[in-house]
Amino acid sequence: MTGGDAPEADGIRVLPAGPYALLVELTDGERTEAFHAELLRRRERGALPGVREIVPGARTVLLDGIEDSERGTGCVPTARDRLPGDRAAAARDRLARDLLSWSVPPLRREERDAVEIPVVYDGPDLAEVAALWGVGVDEVPGLHSRTAFRVAFCGFAPGFGYLTGLPERLHVPRRATPRTRVPAGALALAGPYTGVYPRPSPGGWQLIGRLADPAPALWDPAREPAALLGPGTRVRFVPAHAPVAPQAAVPAHAPVAAHAPVPVQAAPQPTGPVPKSRTETGR
Amino acid sequence: MTSVRPDGLLHVVRPGALTTVQDAGRTGWAHLGVGRAGALDAPAARLANRLVGNAPGAALLETTVTGCAVRPDRPVVAVVGGAGCRVSVDGRPVAWGAPVRVPAGAVLDVGPAVDGVRGYLAFAGGLVPEPVLGSRSADLLSGLGPAPLCAGDTLPLGQPAGEPPDGEGPVPWPGAPAELVLPLHPGPRHTWFTPAALRTLTTADYRVSPHSNRIGLRTEGPALERARDGELPSEGMVLGAVQVPPDGRPVVFLNDHPTTGGYPVVGVVAETALAGAAQAVPGTRVRFVVRT
Repeated sequence: MTGGDAPEADGIRVLPAGPYALLVELTDGERTEAFHAELLRRRERGALPGVREIVPGARTVLLDGIEDSERGTGCVPTARDRLPGDRAAAARDRLARDLLSWSVPPLRREERDAVEIPVVYDGPDLAEVAALWGVGVDEVPGLHSRTAFRVAFCGFAPGFGYLTGLPERLHVPRRATPRTRVPAGALALAGPYTGVYPRPSPGGWQLIGRLADPAPALWDPAREPAALLGPGTRVRFVPAHAPVAPQAAVPAHAPVAAHAPVPVQAAPQPTGPVPKSRTETGR
Repeated sequence: MTSVRPDGLLHVVRPGALTTVQDAGRTGWAHLGVGRAGALDAPAARLANRLVGNAPGAALLETTVTGCAVRPDRPVVAVVGGAGCRVSVDGRPVAWGAPVRVPAGAVLDVGPAVDGVRGYLAFAGGLVPEPVLGSRSADLLSGLGPAPLCAGDTLPLGQPAGEPPDGEGPVPWPGAPAELVLPLHPGPRHTWFTPAALRTLTTADYRVSPHSNRIGLRTEGPALERARDGELPSEGMVLGAVQVPPDGRPVVFLNDHPTTGGYPVVGVVAETALAGAAQAVPGTRVRFVVRT
């Protein structure tokens, strides 16, 4: 297969993903977040051609549904009224050239207040994580909760944020055998990431705790914004004590009720949030 | 989209293997992990809506292979299109692919697909369950929107805007493809595969796998060999992306696909070809044709 030339500038590569999308690849997570922030700033002030989706990843930002800015309709293209492939590709390539010329300021960390999330550190993998970290079980909550986290990107399920911030020496591998059911609210680690499962699902991450009660909803489509942990959000976990009552809000060890998420057939792709790299630089 | 006052109810008599509410889908939320969903055979859904006088993106039912049966509690004009099948009202055969009048309390039965996979049932006025993030579509991967239909469920019907267009005569509904031709644009990670793998993709005998679903069209055929090892950090995925998991068999991402993924995308199928993918029965030959 030919085509798909990747225009490149210092530290940035732009890969076509079909006629309507570009995948912008940066050299590390930090630069990816900075580039994503710049995209949002430019869109905010109307200096970006119409783009339906801006999806940050670990090292990339996907721009999908690129419109032909010279057409100037401002409407979202649909399968029916989309441009012929060659005009769409021309618009895509114009944008690719343009964003290679951008100067992107470094990420500013203190733009917004951190979201505070009370958690109980009593997950079933706590001892294993402590062993991997080379510390006592009672040291895990302090090490984890003192970390300044930030949502690098979302995926896997609505409202699931991939939080970076743990230094590299605290990165842990995924479990060798994924759990078929992880309860909603489970606080989990894998690779460079921390995450909280918004609803029951299969998952291979190490479970170190759970949301304390009361915890803000991670995902509420009726709220604005629907996701508590959207890309760029700063997060601080606040250790809480387990309630005395045995029926705690989200029992970490109890099997999850027969509330399987909807898919009747298995997803063809990741059955859990699957970190793909352990090389990402911790901060 | 604001909530709409319902004008009658649709009772689910027989839900079929998988029947979901779909509309044009929800876009603009991929950064929060929310995919687009929406009718898999979008042209068929738009045509069904047009024939009952609805807006093209009105919510309707999408059936899978085995059809379904529903009973409206008020008279309603309905169209059954998409996959070919027998249609009856209270046991009497009625037209497929054209508007039919269903009296209050009568059972509209959509039989098993005899041509294609996904059927569409549009009702004048549309279905009006509460929208989620601007859409009434069920998203099976995310669990958003109305759950797949169960026997005994009810769904609110909307108010018809007026009489459906009359006298259109027979309209052409594309049948299921005998061979699924998928025009392929190079994907962002096509360099992760050997030149031999790329030749294999476009020349070997691939078939539609029975494990296909609304998330992806899985294929059976030779595995694609990677040119480079290593794992791909999670990155955004587009509709039509041809992702290659470790078993090497290409998966074409359909409407309920995950918004980010960690396997390399060798190509992107043109969106206009995905309606055919929605109707291709398991075993159908798949031919990837490279577009540059």
